[in-house]
Formats: sequence, structure tokens, C-alpha cells
Amino acid sequence: MSNGRITHGSSDEPSWIKDLTAHDEESEQVLHAVVGEYATPDELLHACEQVRDAGFRDWDAITPFPIHGIEESMGVKKTILPWIVLGAALSGTTTALLLQWFTNAYDYPFVISGKPFFSLPANIPVTFELTVLFAVFTGFFAMLGLNLLPALYNPLFRHPRMKRFSSDRFAIVVESGDSLFERERVEKLLRSSGAVGVEPLFRPARRAGLPKTFYGVGLVAAVASLLPLAMIAKARFTTTEKTRIHIIQDMDMQPKFKAQAPNRLLGALWNDPRASIAPVDGTVARGEYVEDEAFQYGLDDEGAFVKQFPVTVDEHLLARGEERFAIFCSVCHGLSGDGNGQVNQRAKALAVSGGRGMAWAPPAKLFEQRIVDLPVGEIFNTVTNGKNNMKGYAAQIPVEDRWAIVAYVRVLQKAANVPVGQLPQDVRQELESQPVEGEANK
Amino acid sequence: MVLVRHMPAGLDNTSDDPSARQALIVGNNTYESVTDKVCGAVEDPRIDKRWLAMFVVALGVLATFFGLIVYLISTGVGVWGNNNPVAWGWPIVNFVFWVGIAHAGTLISAILFLLRQDWRTSINRFAEAMTIFAVVCAGTFPGIHVGRIWVAYWLFPIPNQMSMWPNFRSPLLWDVFAVSTYASCSLVFWYMGMVPDLATLRDRAKHPLRRFAYGVLSLGWRHNARAWHRYESAYGMLAGLCTPLVLSVHTIVSFDFAVAQLPGWHTTIFPPYFVAGAIFSGFAMVITVAVPARAMYGMKDIITLRHLENMNKVILATGMMVGYAYSMEFFIAWYGGNRYEQFAFINRATGPYWWAYWIMVSCNVISPQIFWFKKARTSIPIMMVVAIFVNVGMWFERFVITVTSLSRDFLPSSWDYFRPTWVDMGMLVGSFGLFFTLFLLFLRFLPMIAIAEVKTVMPRPAKASGAPEPAETAASLN
Repeated sequence: MSNGRITHGSSDEPSWIKDLTAHDEESEQVLHAVVGEYATPDELLHACEQVRDAGFRDWDAITPFPIHGIEESMGVKKTILPWIVLGAALSGTTTALLLQWFTNAYDYPFVISGKPFFSLPANIPVTFELTVLFAVFTGFFAMLGLNLLPALYNPLFRHPRMKRFSSDRFAIVVESGDSLFERERVEKLLRSSGAVGVEPLFRPARRAGLPKTFYGVGLVAAVASLLPLAMIAKARFTTTEKTRIHIIQDMDMQPKFKAQAPNRLLGALWNDPRASIAPVDGTVARGEYVEDEAFQYGLDDEGAFVKQFPVTVDEHLLARGEERFAIFCSVCHGLSGDGNGQVNQRAKALAVSGGRGMAWAPPAKLFEQRIVDLPVGEIFNTVTNGKNNMKGYAAQIPVEDRWAIVAYVRVLQKAANVPVGQLPQDVRQELESQPVEGEANK
Repeated sequence: MVLVRHMPAGLDNTSDDPSARQALIVGNNTYESVTDKVCGAVEDPRIDKRWLAMFVVALGVLATFFGLIVYLISTGVGVWGNNNPVAWGWPIVNFVFWVGIAHAGTLISAILFLLRQDWRTSINRFAEAMTIFAVVCAGTFPGIHVGRIWVAYWLFPIPNQMSMWPNFRSPLLWDVFAVSTYASCSLVFWYMGMVPDLATLRDRAKHPLRRFAYGVLSLGWRHNARAWHRYESAYGMLAGLCTPLVLSVHTIVSFDFAVAQLPGWHTTIFPPYFVAGAIFSGFAMVITVAVPARAMYGMKDIITLRHLENMNKVILATGMMVGYAYSMEFFIAWYGGNRYEQFAFINRATGPYWWAYWIMVSCNVISPQIFWFKKARTSIPIMMVVAIFVNVGMWFERFVITVTSLSRDFLPSSWDYFRPTWVDMGMLVGSFGLFFTLFLLFLRFLPMIAIAEVKTVMPRPAKASGAPEPAETAASLN
């Protein structure tokens, strides 16, 4: 700590400062400022008042930490920063409310447990967070902006005492740009205000420009950095027949062959281009062996439909068949097999009331002679695999039950076509006692 | 006549004699010695062997953590013990644990700043750094818990071809906004506080590369009074904004639980109870990291015993708040007459996870009671043990809340017992690796004490020429 004039070449000067100084001495220098150094905060405050009263404007105090009361001593006006932060906070509030209203109530309203699309209580947390977020970021960046930062270079950084000014010493810097600036006058003022050292600070007259290649490389890099954005923009606003690029495939696209699709690799290997490989001749896959084909498929050894039930038809089977028929078949075919179940009635009602494009193929009447003549194997086959509009029921009805249904269909056929003479006496009387439709008109 | 009493020489400034104001910085420190000491820790070209040993261990644990994350993502969340109904499991326990720790930093910085608690200046940089690193750990867990991590950006309202938006009426979405706001604001607050100190490091730097790095980081700060004026205005406003932010963030984290209908979660006491718990665990973590660091770097005269004692008092107070919340939960379960809630709480204390509940109570409520004694408050070994107990207890608190409640939901047929897998345990340990790696890097490369702020609470020297240099070097004091 020397109380005298501070000269370049102090012992604690790093070598790179010496290099700069050497460079400076050869180049043209202009006076940047006069710097006065002070030892204590109180001396600095006192000196600040004198510089302020002398009417300077382009000057500042350098202090390693904020000193309370220096604003008054320097005549610094209150910063407008709080108002900027207030504006940012309010715009954060507005942004958050608009964002939540737009996304959840306007653009894509969707009901979540009956809550209103837009209501303040549920939207307050995010609103508060965005208010703080906007205010904090603005507070920081506006502080930097008002201080004209970031500015990575300042002539002051080359001052050999700067290391102390950011540690334990204090300084007043009066810049040469000030309209009242006269070197001798400023030096005298600072010395008389109690400075332990007063020194002019020079800066190069001309700031060295960046190398030309820097601009070239920078331009190329800047343009190149826009390319991905341009490509994204193009992709958004044009159509293409190519599949969208999925970086993460999830399970949307799986590397597999679909049934019936060709597979060139297998085709080359075995001369069979089917992706679904056929079993080797003479083999049966596990679980696919069928012991009794008549029972399973309703086919005999020659491949013709069986004419005899492969199961024992008894009262129990018929009862089961009646129950299953009521569940699976009656909705279309009707409980009596007359082809007028609920579905048929509904379809006809729609057609009557002007159902558009109705092309309704009514369900078969199960006691038609055509069906009565069918072998039981073929009826079983229809239940299993379906026919025309009817779908197969193999997946829903076990084999045993399908035979039960076929047996019950036979019962319905028998019941529908029974001659009057064969009816039991009590049933015949009951039927005859009822008025026949249309007879009253005769 | 003014009675001026000077504290006894030495490092003990814990006396409560009201006739003399205790110094916050002891050991004949001057502005210059504080700068030298804090910057010296960063500038020393030698690598401390203890630091290196800890760093290697922390880095190893961190590598394990990353390995486990890769394993998790490549395999699926089934590698965790999470089941149905305990779908949240340890990842969310760890998230709440770390987010809680993260709260002390901004609390010390912001709330104590607004309350003009000058003692904060010695520990706020530590605590803020701890906040940032704890938030990093906290953010990792929900991030990897979402399952399909590659669509984690769906959490944010980004326009997309599906025209889908997040649901702003869900506490989990609030949490995304709260935690990310907290992380980014804490980072700004921490960085802004560090800019002047980085400028000091820049001005002292001898190597051009070092000067360049700190020069860029310090943004050209040159300690001028006009800039300080705006800086202080901004700092005050940031403190004022971050104070409600701290309270809101853990409140919203508690909403993740409290807004759900699950017995044991659905209580209005959660927001204040969570905030008290967060402060509690955060201060314990500051003690856990500050005590070794101050010994290692010879900062005992800047982070004094008085600072530690103050933090222990906060731990005692918040520990009792947490204890009050534990008992109040039981009281309300009985008083509210809700049989499901009553079951949930009796099950907590006596059910299959009774051991976790009683670990929590002993660590969080009973162990800090020793701080009623000044001897314990100012004893380094005792405070370290209690701080670690509190860290453990607060982890168990989150475990008890999350796992006990979820494992016994409304449908008894879906009840299940949660068992962590080795991946769960590895990730909890691994997150400490992440935390300590970042923290050790911080100690090595950034000023660990807020140099400029500490100087504002030191007595102003009367006359510079007469001010004596420190009689003894700082290192000899430790």
C-alpha cells in the first residue's frame, strides 16, 4: 500500500498487464479518466460530496462493496428499476391467465372431474409462479441493462490498482468525456479531497478491431444456425408423402411382418415368400390337434357335414341349448327362431321411419324348409364360422354349447312345423281357444 | 457515556451479553483479509488432498447414478419397487426430500435479507449453492419417474401437432411451474449475488485463461457505485419476490398430496407443515455441508460459531413446528370423525411401516430438543450428529407420507407392501453423488462466501493509514 503516486510496474502486476503496457506505450493513447484512490469508506463519501458539488456528471465511485449513503453523497437519482420490474410482474400475471384460458378453456377445452374450464382458484398457482418468474428475470436483466452490462472491456480493468478496488480500497473515477473535465483541475480536486493517490488512466485511441476472418466465420455460423429452423418451418408448412420422422418410435411402428404380407428374405431362402410360415408337412402344432373332427368341426372322415349329432342329445343338452340360444341367437333370430329378434325389429323400424341407406338383410327363419334340410354339421358350421351378415361365434361359444344350440334349433324346427293332429290334447285346446288374427273380419 | 465493550479475543462470539453487539466476523479480519481468504481458496493452485478424495468418491457415486438412470430408461420403471397402489414410491420421496432441502438456501438469502438478519451474509452463498444443487437432484426424480422420459416436454405448454395442452387445473402441473420457476429464479439470485465476487476474482487473476473465464462470468462488473445502486435495488426486489416464491413452491409440492382424496394426504395442514419441514431439513443440510467446509478452508472466523448457533436455533424452532404438525394430524383425524383418516393415521404409527414413523419422530422431534442447551448448540460434534439425524428423519417423513398412505388406499383388495429394489437404493445414494459433486466443484471454482456482502457487515475502518494489518495470518487461526 503506497501512499504516493501509483506507477505502472508494481511488483504484484501480473505479466499480462506488463505486456499490455508495453503495447500501449507504442500505440497512441488518450486520457480516459483521472482516478483517485481512498483508503476508507468515510473518506470516499466525503470526497464524493466534493466531486458532486464541483458539478461533474461523468464520474463514478469504485467500491468493493455497496456503501450505504453513497447515493446521497454522489447525487445519484433513484433508479427506475422497480417500475420496470412491476411492469414485468404484471405482464407475467397477464401472460399466465391468458395462457391458461387459451389452452384449457378456448383452444382445447376438456372436462376434468367436472371442474370449470377457467376459474381463478385453480389458475392462481401458475399465475403466481409466472408473475415471479417474469419479475425476477426482468429484475436481473434490466439491472444489467441499466448498468450497460455485459461490457467485458473497460479501460479501468487495466488499472494496476483495480485488484485493490475490488478488495479493500475505494476510488473515484472522473472521466475525460465530462464537459467540465480538465486534468489539472480534477487532479487537484481529488488530491484535496483526501485521496492517497491520484493518477491518470489512459486508453488506446483506437480499439483494435476483430480479425477479418472472425466476421467471415461468424457470418457462416450464423447462417448455418438458421438452417435447422428453416427446415423445421418448411416441414410445418408443406405436405409430403413420406412418413413423419419419429425419433422415438414408441410402439407406433414395430419392425415386424403382418399376416399375409410378403417376406423377400424367406422367399429367397425357401422359395416361399409368405411372411406367415406354413407348418412343416405332417406336423401339428401344440394345442391344434383335434381328436374328434366330427365334434370339433361337424365334418366326417370324407369332409362332408355330419348328419348325426356327435354328442348325446338329452334333456340337459336341450335346456342348455335353449339358454344359450336365448343369449346369443335370439337377438336376431327371435326366441322362436322366426327371424324377428330385437335387432330385426329395430332395423325394420328404422327403415320405416326413413333410415337412410338401409340395406337390411333380415336374419333367416330357422324353421324354413331350406334350413330344416341342412345336416346338423352344416348348422354347426354356420354357428361356428358365420354366414352372410352373421359372424362366427367360435370365439364366444364353446364347442359343446354350439352343439347344444344346434340341438335346440332342431327343436324349434320341429315345434314350428308340427301338424295339428300331433299336438298334445291340452295344447291343441289352448291354441284353438284363442281368436285367430284376421278371422273376425270374415 | 457510551459503554463500549469489546468481545473477548478469539473465535467465540456466541455470548449473549446484551451490552455489547457481537461481531459477526471475528479474528481481526479486514476487508483485504476476507478477500484474500475467500479468493485464496479458489486460487490456490495446489489441490487439497481431502477435497480430491471426496471429489473422487462423489464422482464415482454420480457415475453410478447416471448408470442407474440409463438402466432405468433402457429397461423401464419396473426396475423400481413401485407397484400398484404405491405408484409414487421412492422417486417421489426423493423428489420431495431434495426439494425441501432446496428451500433453506433461498430462505436464508431472501427472508433473512428482508428481516435484516446480517448473519446471513456469511452463509448465504453456501445455502444458495446448496439450493441450486438440491433442485437439480430434485428435478431429476420426477423427470425420470414420468416413464417415457423422451416425451417429458409434454409437461410444458409447447404447441404441438396433436393440439394437446397440459391440464392447468392439476397440482402436478402447478408443481412443474413452481419447481422450474424456483430453480431458475434461485439460479438468477445466486448468480447475481456472485457477479461482484466473480469480478473480484477476475481482477486478482494472474493467468489469462482464468481472467478470461471469470471476466466473462462477471459480465464486466466494475464495482462502480451507480451500478451498485441499481444492483442493491434489484437484489432487494429479488429477495422480496423470492420470499413468497419459497413459500409457494413447497406449498404447491404439498398440493400434490393435499389436493388428492387419499386419507393421510387430504389435509389442510399440509402447506404450512411442508414449508416448516423444508426449512427444517434445509438448515440441517446447510450445517451438514458448512461445518466440514469451514474447517477445511479455514473459514471459522467468517462462518463463526454464532452463525452455526443461530442455525441450530432455527432447527430447534422448525423441528417443533414439524412435531406440532405430526400431533395435529392425529388430533384432526380423531376430531374430524373421518374413519378412513383415523385408520390412515393409526396405521402410520402402528401398521406395517411403524418403524419408519418412529424413526421420523425420533429424528425430527426428539433429537433437536438437545438444542435447548447452549452447550449442544455450540458443539460441533453434537450439531453434526443432529443435522444428520434431521436429514434422515426428513427423508423418512416423506417416505411415511407417500408410501404409508398409498399402500393402504380405499380398496383393501389392492393393499400392498412396498419394497424398494437395489435400483431405488442406488438412486437415493446416487443423488447424493450428484449433489456433492456439484458442491465440491462449487467450493473449488466459485467464491464460497459472499465477499462483498460480508464486508458490508464488518465495522468500517476509522483510518486506513492507521488500520493494522491482521496480526496473525488467517490460516493460523484454524
